[in-house]
Amino acid sequence: MFEVFELQKQLVAAAAPSGYEHREAELLKKLARPFVDEITVDPMCSVICHKKGKGPKIMLAAHLDAIGFIVAHVDEQGYVWFDRIGGHNPGQLINCRVQFLNGTKGVIRVRDAAKNLPQPSGALAFTDLYIDIGARDRADAEKHVRIGDLAIFEGAPRLVAGNNVMGPYADDLIGCVVLLMAMERMKKNDNDLYFVFISQEEVGCRGSITAAEGIHPDYGFAVDVCGTGDKPDDDKVPMDVSVGAGPTIKIKDMAVICSPALNGQLRAVAKKEKIPYQDEILRGGGTDTGSIQKSGAGVHATCVSIPTRHIHSPAELFSVSDVENAAKLLAAFVSQKL
Amino acid sequence: MLNVFELQEKLVACALPSGFESRQAKVLAELAKPYVDEVTIDTLGNVICHKKGPGKKLMMPAHMDVIGFMVTFIDKRGYLRFEPLGGHMAGALPATPVVFENGAHGVIFADAEAGFGKKNLTDIDIHDLYIDIGAADRAEAGKLCPVGSVCTFDCAPAEIAGGCMMTPYADNLSSCVALLIAMSEVKTPANDLYFVFSVQEEVGCRGAKAAAWHIDPDFGIALDVTRTGDAPSDAENTRMAVRVGAGPTVKVKDSSLLCNPQVIAHLRAAAKKARIPYQDEVLPAGGTDSAAMQRTREGILSGCVSIPTRNIHTPGEIVSIKDVQQAGKLIAAACELGF
Amino acid sequence: MKELLRALCTLDGVPGYEDEVRKYIEEQVRPYADEMEADPIGNLIVFKKGKRRRVRPMMVTAHMDEVGFLIDSITDDGMLKLAVAGGIDPRVLIGRKMRVGAKKIPGVISLKAIHLTTAEERKHAAPLRQLYIDIGAQSKKEAEGLVSIGDPAMFASEFYELGDCVKGKAIDDRIGCAVMIELLKTELPYDTYFVFATNEEIGSRGALVAAQRVRPGCVLALEGTTAADMPGIPEHKQSCAQRQGAVVSILDKTTVYSRPFREKVLKEADKEGIRWQYRASANGGTDARVAAAAAEGALAFGIATPTRYIHCACNVVYLPDAEEVLKLAAVVIKEAGELNV
Repeated sequence: MFEVFELQKQLVAAAAPSGYEHREAELLKKLARPFVDEITVDPMCSVICHKKGKGPKIMLAAHLDAIGFIVAHVDEQGYVWFDRIGGHNPGQLINCRVQFLNGTKGVIRVRDAAKNLPQPSGALAFTDLYIDIGARDRADAEKHVRIGDLAIFEGAPRLVAGNNVMGPYADDLIGCVVLLMAMERMKKNDNDLYFVFISQEEVGCRGSITAAEGIHPDYGFAVDVCGTGDKPDDDKVPMDVSVGAGPTIKIKDMAVICSPALNGQLRAVAKKEKIPYQDEILRGGGTDTGSIQKSGAGVHATCVSIPTRHIHSPAELFSVSDVENAAKLLAAFVSQKL
Repeated sequence: MLNVFELQEKLVACALPSGFESRQAKVLAELAKPYVDEVTIDTLGNVICHKKGPGKKLMMPAHMDVIGFMVTFIDKRGYLRFEPLGGHMAGALPATPVVFENGAHGVIFADAEAGFGKKNLTDIDIHDLYIDIGAADRAEAGKLCPVGSVCTFDCAPAEIAGGCMMTPYADNLSSCVALLIAMSEVKTPANDLYFVFSVQEEVGCRGAKAAAWHIDPDFGIALDVTRTGDAPSDAENTRMAVRVGAGPTVKVKDSSLLCNPQVIAHLRAAAKKARIPYQDEVLPAGGTDSAAMQRTREGILSGCVSIPTRNIHTPGEIVSIKDVQQAGKLIAAACELGF
Repeated sequence: MKELLRALCTLDGVPGYEDEVRKYIEEQVRPYADEMEADPIGNLIVFKKGKRRRVRPMMVTAHMDEVGFLIDSITDDGMLKLAVAGGIDPRVLIGRKMRVGAKKIPGVISLKAIHLTTAEERKHAAPLRQLYIDIGAQSKKEAEGLVSIGDPAMFASEFYELGDCVKGKAIDDRIGCAVMIELLKTELPYDTYFVFATNEEIGSRGALVAAQRVRPGCVLALEGTTAADMPGIPEHKQSCAQRQGAVVSILDKTTVYSRPFREKVLKEADKEGIRWQYRASANGGTDARVAAAAAEGALAFGIATPTRYIHCACNVVYLPDAEEVLKLAAVVIKEAGELNV
């Protein structure tokens, strides 16, 4: 039986940035196999797990790509200059330890610190950041990395207080965990289910566009993370979502106004199954929900989110019970006769 | 020779910040025992390892405290407020994972008052940062991480390119490793040797001062880390000549002391005799136990051997494993050369 | 304690000029001291025997000096220019009543008249170099007849009740001195040194000298510490609060206070029902900074009375907090005897 923390650890160990999700895709295929009839990987590298049925088509989507870094240049002294994949706050990257997919490790630093550090974090350019991998010179460095190599945050998930987990890539490997757990928990049903691990969300929700076009679902559920309003000083812009108070049912984010009817159905299931949930309006940020909704001739779409603090940092924090409840909620929904 | 990487791993796993050194003190005392005649621990917690020898008294401190943080306040939602132990740049701390003495994990972030994004990174106030340990409220947080508890950077040493290791606390655990290597390499002392794992260096070289007063040595050679001039983060106009991988340094001067020429000469002679390549170090900043020794009692002739280190006071400090070994051998050679 | 504090806060003692305060304290403690001596820097070092001896000496310390000024020049118009002795909030100076020199010449801190200042100037505290003390002299010669360069200048604040609190100058650290005087009146479990220190406000110089002489194994610093429990200050920045009892230090800019010793003491304190709170801020420092690193080193303990508006002309304390400081200090003195330092 899948367990949230153990599963998340496995997925994080295989984390890979947008466009290069291969190793994560392979792991997810292996984990999903027992629960579905057919698994295909589309040209965008989205992993489509199909449990056949005669009923309506339901697409559940979580993105498998991670934000990361890609080597742009190795200089004569052996320092590695890079470009970003996905959204990063440059100021927050200073002194951040990273690991390349091939195992090489290093730390991000800023060029000419005396000049560049007395600036607001937003004024820092990515071209001013480099990775120190300890190499003696370019020749030594090129034994370990080359242009195009990828790096992610170093670190594994940790259990912290309150039955919470802290670590990199809750966004959105935890959504993939929800999908796997929903697959495992769902009851026998006649719905035509597509559990899709979507690629390239972090660089513009690209994988969901093509995946949704390929499937043409009747209903679409994205599973992602959302921000919370429970940090110190969050009373300035109140948001009524807290870690540990249940998964959310998304009402709106920057890229979608979720289907009110579908949300109504989801809430009814939650009430019936006694699953706690929170209402979510996310002022900043977009998810695959929008692309799914707009695909083909239109899809009834919404999103179930895992409340997560410190998104896009190496230490994202979420609640184990929120993940379990999200899986229960979606499993219950797809197990219905629709 | 002792394995540098494994020892660094062992020390990083137990080290606590200034004022709380008893865990690493115990480990270091055990590791030192086989090589010296007597190991004692004084009031402040310094570990003093005496290897008897003829001639002048030589004290060699390597500080075993590391920089970290102390919890000073817990708010009603269970977030921790903290103060630094040792030197930190607050603006570089958001998103830094930390681990507490009892193994609890947390991460540092900035609250809205900090102005992260608006203020210059160098102007961020550490009092506008907090640690999130996932606790639901003040009571839960207080049980796990009470006021007065301490934490360190939550990451481990890693072997990287260039024969280097990337590790938190190369400052100054790699010097403690070098000091152990020195102890293990000394066969025939030409001086009366006091190897000291000192406390509270990061908050003002307090341990070395007390230890120096007690031991009352003739000469002092500290073992610490020094900055380098080999990275893009260094400014052109204040660039040091020191590089990682080109050998340990013999310190000439830093902001806190002018090393006594006799000690510099002694170290250079020892390096020459033992054929150890070294670099000359002039550090435009800094303060080490050597300064504390120099100004204790009527004065102690002092100097320092340093391990070139990049990214000092961050979770990703980088040192050359060979430099650490050579630093240990240089100290050993200095012990075997009479003053 | 109120009358003792009233007497102490009425005396003057800018760093280096604490004689008045020391003389008063000498008279108060003479009947209780076994040994008493003023050292060359002006500290009053008092030794009192207890029921038992200690392995290494224990030093309890509070400082006699208050923040103030020295006159560093006299202008041609007879105005006195100031050099600061200790840290003072420059915003609180204009218009203050002062006393200058041994003759206690009264004066007022003055500045350019308001109708001559610009709106921009009025936004900021005037820098010290623009301020002067007006003693009513018309010329340099007249002023020189009353005061000399090098004379201390101190706040001339009265001591009186403010509701159930008291207000006066120099409560930091005459309150510490008051607590020590009260401790000296009691039976002690162990031999103890009490150091009434000079020159703390300019860098713990008195305590440094005293510590090198006493060579303590344990030091207890008694202070007045900033309480910022006022409207608009977020809870985590208040440091401590009035009416919440004795303030216990965990860390400051110059000292890591011994946690094992502190935990032992607070356990005992809880048994006795003593009210205490942690000092949540790590700003500033106490005399423990020099005493803890003196000689072979000492374990440090810090207790303070919450004091509003420290380093200003008028401090405010709630005296029952000081009573808790006294009780807690007694516990520290006892528990330190069991330390193997």
